[in-house]
Amino acid sequence: MNLPTFLGGVHPPEGKTLSEGKAIETLRPTSSGQMFVYPLSQHIGAPCAPVVAKGDRVLAGQKIADTEAFVSAPIYSAVSGTVKDIALKLQVAGKFEDCIIIESDGTYEKAPSLIDELGHKPQPSDYVKLIRDAGIVGLGGACFPTHVKLRPPKDKPIKWVIVNAAECEPYLTCDNRIMLEEPDALLKGLEYALAIFPEAEGVIGIENNKPEAIKTLTEHNKNPKIKIQPLTVKYPQGAEKMLIKAITGQEVPLVPALPADVGCIVLNVQTTWQIFRTIEYGEPITTRVITVTGDIVASPKNLRVPLGISVKELLDACGGFTEEPVKLLAGGPMMGLAMRSIDVPVVKGTGGLLALGKKSAYLAEESACIRCGKCVEVCPMHLEPTLLDHAVRQRDYETFEGHGGMNCIECGSCAFMCPASRHLVQSYKAGKDHVNQERRKAAAKAKEKAEAK
Amino acid sequence: MANQFVVSVSPHVHSQFATRNIMGMVILALVPSGIMGVYFLGLRSLAVIAACILACVCSEFIWQKYIMKTKSTLSDLSAVVTGLLLAYNLPPSIPLWMAICGSVFAIIVVKQFYGGIGCNIVNPALAARAMMLISWPTAMTTWTINGVSSATPLAAMKAGNAVKASIFELASGNMAGCIGETSAILLIIGGLYLIWEGVISWRIPVIYIATAAILGALFNHGGGFYPVQEILAGGLLIGAFFMATDYTTSPMTAKGQIIYAFGCGLLTALIRTWGGYPEGVSFSILIMNVAVPLIDQYTEPRVFGAPKSNFAKRMGGK
Repeated sequence: MNLPTFLGGVHPPEGKTLSEGKAIETLRPTSSGQMFVYPLSQHIGAPCAPVVAKGDRVLAGQKIADTEAFVSAPIYSAVSGTVKDIALKLQVAGKFEDCIIIESDGTYEKAPSLIDELGHKPQPSDYVKLIRDAGIVGLGGACFPTHVKLRPPKDKPIKWVIVNAAECEPYLTCDNRIMLEEPDALLKGLEYALAIFPEAEGVIGIENNKPEAIKTLTEHNKNPKIKIQPLTVKYPQGAEKMLIKAITGQEVPLVPALPADVGCIVLNVQTTWQIFRTIEYGEPITTRVITVTGDIVASPKNLRVPLGISVKELLDACGGFTEEPVKLLAGGPMMGLAMRSIDVPVVKGTGGLLALGKKSAYLAEESACIRCGKCVEVCPMHLEPTLLDHAVRQRDYETFEGHGGMNCIECGSCAFMCPASRHLVQSYKAGKDHVNQERRKAAAKAKEKAEAK
Repeated sequence: MANQFVVSVSPHVHSQFATRNIMGMVILALVPSGIMGVYFLGLRSLAVIAACILACVCSEFIWQKYIMKTKSTLSDLSAVVTGLLLAYNLPPSIPLWMAICGSVFAIIVVKQFYGGIGCNIVNPALAARAMMLISWPTAMTTWTINGVSSATPLAAMKAGNAVKASIFELASGNMAGCIGETSAILLIIGGLYLIWEGVISWRIPVIYIATAAILGALFNHGGGFYPVQEILAGGLLIGAFFMATDYTTSPMTAKGQIIYAFGCGLLTALIRTWGGYPEGVSFSILIMNVAVPLIDQYTEPRVFGAPKSNFAKRMGGK
């Protein structure tokens, strides 16, 4: 059977057997005095400002930070307790950021729900506002505010609402578990999203290595407007552009085009689940499912955890390590961030926690590019990775931009294949950062000039 | 004490693909035809192979350790491959000092002068062979089999004579020729192994061989329509599977590889039929090597999502 897919891509070892059979367990520490940390920027866009002050009492599900900016999402406390401090704290990405620190009282006393605040049963016209108020962002890791996605420009009709259930990132199994355990919640969440776009059809795209999930969802789906679409198992099938290509046959145009330009909205499994909880029960986003895994984790698990909890707690809940880890990743092995400490909080975008030991951590030295062309062959964006890499290393950003470097999705397929172990993704990240900085500078200059006139 | 973790940019896993493994597989694929060459052409061939490999490895070692004082890249095995390929392209009777001169030229002048592995613009072994052919024309074109000097099948074809060796002899390698180029069957098996392992793509060898055979036959090379002889006699197979597919000196895109392979085939047929030499594989590949940067520039793939028509915009630029 020929399943739809895209051109290029790689087949990294899947590593999913470690945790795919483990039902989701809820981690809900009830001891008082435990600290929960909430960075003010957990999404793409403007950071939030605290709406609570040091010493305030907060409830579980109470808004603690928000902003007026359009591209943003508010932040909620997952626990009830006291605001201890607002201070700089180390984050997953290795940076220090402003955080609200809440000392839990262990009771999870609930704040009024978003529906209570709304005052009536939510109608489709209320959905986008509710989703904004609930602080929902893309939970696949990009953290783009969902309400912005759901408000595409009027001239761009939406024909497909796609649930990204590919879960192509090796080792991660949290989305798979949600599909198996709560198929109705997922389908209902998609129906809510479809209610916003009555003209659109719903598609759930799942990689074919999750036959149980495909079967379960197909059995539970009673809505003729929703289609369950199995996809070829190939990384990065779950990259937004590759998923749209596989399902609709269309290519999203070059950056800065968005899926809406080809009539698509793509939502992650957990995002869709959260939309269901928000519209059905008025719950803001305070928890998420995380796969804690790796061959050196004593007991790999899929855990539903309150946001703001320390990564250390998650590791303890899984029995710690069986040997000293070499690398600890937030996310999967292809796109995950290497962490330097376990004393960091779980945020909305944390999809996995992967510990790699001596055997599985790849630490080869770079050697010279031999022009084998494997990177060109596997690049799902059809770029020439080695050319871009050379350009960035020579600080030739014009060449980098001129050959499409800004379109790189940083999936890591090229670096996975590279026989010379070149640090390709590092180059693209540096190149993109540089070009973005230059653009910002140019924009600021142009603005200054315009104001001076 | 807090745990100490390694921090690096993703991805954190890697395929089994590594330069050293690739070179290892190329060597493995080349060994059988070398054994056949030694069997048919005599033990002297073994001395030539050993001299070439040793000279290549030593020159790379000395260059990196004592002249450039850089990190050694011997462990990537590319110098061994160069030595092996050069030896395979020499007649068994070549004086060893000439073979050594060729090896030093390949590694120092063609490879290291341009920056070492991945930076050379032409194939080191072929460039060295071309240099030797010009410097020592007699030694490079004297062929013996079973102690008797004889013409290569291609030289016979050039002279307008029918090929004496049977198709079976041509396929097994029992004919006059360079050490490693004669055993067609083992070269094909080695090449298929590399394609199977994903080291090389089928495009360059298949298109090169097909173009050279069909065009050579159509050009009436050897006084008749002999596509099979075109493939089995001479260095087409070793050239197409092992030399033209050299990563560094061949195009990176599928489209580029097709153009490059066609060019190699066309030039081979032209040189064999009307050129000054009976064999044209080395020169064809060398000429196409030089064209690779140009081919690469004009076959850059259309970036995903870029408009299909506008060439400048295809690459995602402004």
